[in-house]
Amino acid sequence: MKLKQLEGLLGDLQQFSNPNVELEQYPTGPHIASRMLFTAENSYGDITDKVVADFGCGCGTLSTAASLLDAACVIGYDIDLQSLETATLNAEELEVEIDLVQCDITKLELKGHQIVDTVVMNPPFGTRKKGADMEFLSAAMKVASQAVYSLHKTSTREHIKRAALRDFNAKSAEVICELRYDLPKLYKFHKRKEVDIAVDLWRFEPRQN
Amino acid sequence: MRLIVHNMLTCNIKGVVNKFPLRIEAEKVVIKKEVDFNTDFLRHMLAKIEWKALVDGARSMGYTELPDHAPEAEESYSFLKKFHHALLELHLEEGSLVCQETGRKFPVEKGVPNMLLHEDEV
Repeated sequence: MKLKQLEGLLGDLQQFSNPNVELEQYPTGPHIASRMLFTAENSYGDITDKVVADFGCGCGTLSTAASLLDAACVIGYDIDLQSLETATLNAEELEVEIDLVQCDITKLELKGHQIVDTVVMNPPFGTRKKGADMEFLSAAMKVASQAVYSLHKTSTREHIKRAALRDFNAKSAEVICELRYDLPKLYKFHKRKEVDIAVDLWRFEPRQN
Repeated sequence: MRLIVHNMLTCNIKGVVNKFPLRIEAEKVVIKKEVDFNTDFLRHMLAKIEWKALVDGARSMGYTELPDHAPEAEESYSFLKKFHHALLELHLEEGSLVCQETGRKFPVEKGVPNMLLHEDEV
């Protein structure tokens, strides 16, 4: 599948109908999602024929992308039932198979001798619940056996790198690229019509246990 | 919910020791047979799957063809077909996942298990 084709398909997905500000529910746009997953597969071979988990999957944009790139199995995890229902509809619409689990990912304990190869995620940035971004990263590093792909604000770059290498069992922590994340005016308190923030696309490799 | 997912889920209620596997109570099972049969992937998974949890889970969902033990040596084509079916083609649409220690039921609705804990369980 070509990048443009993937981006086009992701653009048709339904997004949050009633975004919850406390959960930092922002859609992952097709531009970022397609590039993230395309790079994960084309540069690193982390998606096709792999078991991929999407932490904080929301309406399933990253999960759908993984599935379209022929992941062997895709599992999306989110705390919000409404989002998971939208994700179900999206999967049906694009005729892809995605397993979904409703849970608090920071409290979930997954067993399984590293059944999950790759975790992909667009986690909360920690603007509503402080430290949420780190909690998601910590959880992902415990589950993935090969790689974690994640988006974090560029302003947190040094902090993330240090925590990953020192506390979250990372063998490596690289910023693959810097992206601009367009946030449309979703919430009443947003003053500007659109704002874009600098985010880093990270790739972390966990140390083998 | 497919059994590949069930093979990872545990009961994370505070203090519980016997957290895996969760027993399946199936009310509605759907079989979807469009999953690509990939022998490399299946061989790879065989080393990672908790076999007994898979067999018991499959039985709870009405599939009894899996052997009690995974083959030690070369896996036959027919074995891989059964493994593929159990792991990836059986879907629990409605039912519960039950903690073997506390009896707590995690509901499965429209194929989605709800693993959220109540305040006193955290």
